[in-house]
Amino acid sequence: MSRDCTGGDWTGGEPAIAYQSCAGCRARWYFRRDFCPRCGGRDVALDRAAGTGTVYATTLVARAPTEALRPHAPYLVLLVDADEGFRMMAHGDPRLRIGDRVCARFVRLADRLIPYFDPLSEG
Amino acid sequence: MSWITGVGLTRFGSLPGRGALDLMSEAAGAALTDAGLRRENIDGLICGYATTLPHLMLSTVFAEHFGLQPHYAHAIQLGGATGFAMAMLAHHLVDSGAARHVLVVAGENRLTGQGRDAAVQALAQVGHPDYELPLGPTIPAYYGLVASRYMHEYGIGEADLAELAVLMRRHAARHPGAQFRAPITVADVMGSKPIAAPLKLLDCCPVSDGGAACVISRERTGAPGVRIIGAGQAHTHQHVSAAASLTAFGAAPAVARAFAAAEVTLGDVTYLSIYDSFTITLAILLEEIGICGRGEAGAQARAGRFDHDGALPLNTHGGLLSYGHCGVGGAMAHLVETQLQMTGRAGARQARDPGLALLHGDGGVLSSHVSLVVERAR
Repeated sequence: MSRDCTGGDWTGGEPAIAYQSCAGCRARWYFRRDFCPRCGGRDVALDRAAGTGTVYATTLVARAPTEALRPHAPYLVLLVDADEGFRMMAHGDPRLRIGDRVCARFVRLADRLIPYFDPLSEG
Repeated sequence: MSWITGVGLTRFGSLPGRGALDLMSEAAGAALTDAGLRRENIDGLICGYATTLPHLMLSTVFAEHFGLQPHYAHAIQLGGATGFAMAMLAHHLVDSGAARHVLVVAGENRLTGQGRDAAVQALAQVGHPDYELPLGPTIPAYYGLVASRYMHEYGIGEADLAELAVLMRRHAARHPGAQFRAPITVADVMGSKPIAAPLKLLDCCPVSDGGAACVISRERTGAPGVRIIGAGQAHTHQHVSAAASLTAFGAAPAVARAFAAAEVTLGDVTYLSIYDSFTITLAILLEEIGICGRGEAGAQARAGRFDHDGALPLNTHGGLLSYGHCGVGGAMAHLVETQLQMTGRAGARQARDPGLALLHGDGGVLSSHVSLVVERAR
C-alpha cells in the first residue's frame, strides 16, 4: 500500500481508491476531510486501498436518473466493505451477491472514471 | 404539551396548474377553518421546502402570499422527516410560550411542476456529490441497497414487502383524496416493473402534487382535543455509504426519546402513522421500533393487524405509497389523518379506539428520524 499524499483517486480521475485514517484513535473512513470525524484529531493519513473487499449490499438499478446514464441501465450499484476497514459505493458485476469477495478495476461511466468490482478469483 | 387544533389536506395526485403556494394556501386555509382561527390569530409559521419553488425564505414568501404577519417564522429542511420535525418544533414553541398558534404548512406541485425525471434527479442529490452521485444512484437505489442487506440479514422475501403496498392501497380505497385507489395484489406488486432491485414500481411511493397543514396551539380552540405529549429525534448519518449499519437505524432511539417525554410505552399505542416512502422503509421502521419482530411486518399486514378495524391501525389514509408523496406534505398527511382519526372524523376509515398514536418519519436514507406521541384528550 503506497502513501499518496497528493490524494489522487477516482473522484479526481485517477484509477485508485483512497481512504483516510487517524493516527490518534485508529478510525478509518472514506469521505475525505482534514480531521478525524471520530476524535477530531488532525494527524490524518491518506492512503491508497488495495481494491479488495466484501460485498455488503447490492441493487440493480433499472431506472437511471439521467438521460446520459439510461443506455447503461440496468447496472449494479453496490456497497463494498474494503479490506482496509471502510465502506464505499461502486458499480460491479451484476452477478455479485452479498458476502462475495471482490476486486476493483476502473471503468468509464458517462465520461467519469468509476470503480467497478469483479468477483475475486481465489488462488 | 401542545394541541393540534386544526388540520387541512388537499387531494394528492396530478393537480395541474396549481403551484406550491397555491397548494400550501389551500391546506393552510382548511387548517385555519378547522381550528376556528383567523389569520391574525396565527403568531408562528413553520414551513418546509418545495423542490419546485426553491427559495432562501420560503416562510416569508408564503406569509406574504397567504396574508400572515407572524412573530416567528422560518423553514425547515430535513427531507422526509421535515413534516414531523416542523410539528415537533411547533410543539416546543407553544409549550415554551414563544408562540400561541403555530401554522405548520407544506405543499408542492412535485409531479406536474417538473415531471418525474426532474423529480428523480433532484431527489437523488441527497447522495454524496463526489463519492456517490457519479455512480448514477437514485433514491430507490439507496433504499434498494438498504433492502438487500436488511432482507439478507432477516430472511425477508420480496412478497413479504409487497404485503405492505397491498395494505396501503386497501386503505387508500377508502379515502377519496388518495392518488391511487384501485386495489392491488401481491402478484401485481411482484409483477410491476423493476426500479432498483429488490424494489419494484409498486414498492415505491409515487411523485404527487398536494398540500397539508396543521395548527399547533397552546390551548385547545374547540371540542376536539388532540395533543402532542412527546417528541424525539435521532440523526445517525446522511449518506448510505457512511451509515454505520443497514440493519440498525435511528428509529429506536428517536421513539425511545419521544416515549420518555410522553411517559408512555409501546404497549399503550393504539394507532400508528409510520413513514412509508418504500415498502422496505415501512418494514424496517415497524420492526426497529419493535411493533413487529424482525421480518414479521409483511405477515402481520396480511393477517389484518394494521387494517382500519384491526388491532393496530396504520396509515389509514393510504400512506405515501397510495395516498401519495408531494414532499414535505407527504408525512404531514399522516399527521392530518391521525388528528381526523382521534376526532372521529375518518369516515369509512374510522378506527375503533385511536386514543394514543405514535408517528414516526425518516429523511435521507433512514438518516434523520423524528417521532411524535399524540394523545386524544378525555
